[in-house]
Amino acid sequence: MVAQNVTFGLLAAVIVVAALRVVTTRNVVHAALYLVVVLAGVGANFLLLGAEFIGVTQILVYIGAIVVLFLFGIMLTRAPIGTTVRLTNASWPSSLVVSIGLAAVLGYVLVDYFGDEELPENTRQLTATVSDSIFADYLVPFEVVSILLTAALIGAIVIARRD
Amino acid sequence: MLLNQFLLLAAVLFCIGVYGVLARRNGVMVLMSIELILNAVNINLVAFGAYRDAIAGQVFALFVIAIAAAEVGVGLAIVLLLYRNRASIDLDTVDSMKG
Repeated sequence: MVAQNVTFGLLAAVIVVAALRVVTTRNVVHAALYLVVVLAGVGANFLLLGAEFIGVTQILVYIGAIVVLFLFGIMLTRAPIGTTVRLTNASWPSSLVVSIGLAAVLGYVLVDYFGDEELPENTRQLTATVSDSIFADYLVPFEVVSILLTAALIGAIVIARRD
Repeated sequence: MLLNQFLLLAAVLFCIGVYGVLARRNGVMVLMSIELILNAVNINLVAFGAYRDAIAGQVFALFVIAIAAAEVGVGLAIVLLLYRNRASIDLDTVDSMKG
C-alpha cells in the first residue's frame, strides 16, 4: 500500500506539472510532447487502479494515434515552431480565475463528500471481464460507437480534403 | 489508497484543461486542452469503477477514448479548413458571426 501511494504521488506530481506546461508553454510542439507525458501518466494511473485494459488502450490510442494526429495538425497548419509568439489571448487572467474557482469548488465538494473513503484492497479488473461486459451488456452502445467513429472519420476526410 | 486522491487529481487536471480551453488562441492547443479534460473524466470513471467494483466504469472509459479519437479527427479537420481559408488558426480572429 505504501509503495502504491508513493507511486501515485510521483505520478500525480509529474501529471500536474506536465499538464500545466501543456497550457502555458509558448512552443506548440513542446505542448504536444508534454501532452504525451500527461497521457502516459494517466495510463500509469489506470494500471495503478487495476484497470489493465484501459491502461494499455490509453497508451495505444492516445499516445500512438491521437498525439501523432496532433503533430500532423501542427505541421499542416504551419503553426509557429520554436518562436515566442503569444499563444494565450488577452483575457487569460479571467480564465485563470475561473479555473482556480472551479478547482476550489470541486476540491471542497470532493473532500466534503468522500472524505477518506478507502478503495478496496484488490481493485484488479481483468481484461476478460471487460470484454464479457462489452459484448454482452453493452453490445448495442459498442456498435453505435463504432458506427459513430466511422462516420466521424469519413466526415473528417470530407471536411479536410481539397476539391 | 484513498478514492479521493484520484478524484482530486482528476479535478486538478480538469481545471487545467478548462484554463487551456479558455485562454489559448491556437486552435490545435484548444483541442489538446480538451484532451486533458477527457482524461480527467476517464480517471474519474475508472476510479469509481474500482471503488464500486463495477465493470461499467472501464467500459464507459473505453467509450470516452473512442469518442475522443473521433472528436480529435473532426476537430483537426475543422482547424485545417480554417487554416486553408484564413491562413491563420488564431481563434480570436474567427468572429465572422459576431453580431
